[in-house]
Amino acid sequence: MTAPVRDPVKTPETVEHRDPQWITIVWNDPVNLMSYVTLVFQQLFGYSREKATKLMLDVHHKGRAVVSSGAREQMEHDVARLHAAGLWATLQQDR
Amino acid sequence: MTARFRRRGGKTIARFTEAEAGVLRQVVGEVVELLGGPEAAKEDPFSGLGLGAEPTAPEDPVLARLLPDGYREDPEAAMELRRLTESSLRGEKVRNARVVLGMLPAAGGTVTLDDDEVVDVWLKALNDVRLALGTQLEVSEEMDLAEEVEADPDSARAYSLVVYDWLGWLQDTLVRCVSVE
Repeated sequence: MTAPVRDPVKTPETVEHRDPQWITIVWNDPVNLMSYVTLVFQQLFGYSREKATKLMLDVHHKGRAVVSSGAREQMEHDVARLHAAGLWATLQQDR
Repeated sequence: MTARFRRRGGKTIARFTEAEAGVLRQVVGEVVELLGGPEAAKEDPFSGLGLGAEPTAPEDPVLARLLPDGYREDPEAAMELRRLTESSLRGEKVRNARVVLGMLPAAGGTVTLDDDEVVDVWLKALNDVRLALGTQLEVSEEMDLAEEVEADPDSARAYSLVVYDWLGWLQDTLVRCVSVE
């Protein structure tokens, strides 16, 4: 005999919902060009020129900016793409 | 050094003198050597399968900048991510640099970038070269490059700073060729 179980497909969704958000941070560095960093944000994330410029200026003036957020695996992917472009990026849990 | 990229007839072109091509080939070649050199050869052949020894952040500051940690405050997670991604990151950077070397005539001449893909390769390769050189030279945002060069114009450092300055300008002209609205 077996008791009816909830649709197992739903379980991961529920779990994922409770998962903490992860964020990708880009850190300021003295080498990368402001024009290049803006272009990378536009190309990798599809951000508008305006949004990409604002994020670039945040990196420049505040030393860092959160450029994407979501599941951990996705943020690791974003960090890898940013490293390939030569930006200094890390991921961490959103606190 | 005045070579720069410009748009012409839907393509992106730059004309390099022999001296400019020589300088660029040298610095790009150094990145290939650094990333594909002895340190890379030492790597466990099975590292790509996740079976090798745990790689740690490179001690060389230039390598550490080109292959940075993915986690800032979690060394264990950083090591795990490095184990999974470092060899492909290394490989991509070496491939990009080799594309540039393959397209840049040693005697100087015109380089034509036909599409977005090859522009992207050049942008990344130029950026990696600037990261390597900038880290070696310990450049900072406060640094006045012209002032540093004037202080000791015949030094090796001044020469490298001039090259670094030109590479930044060259990369910027390439960014401006592709900038999307």
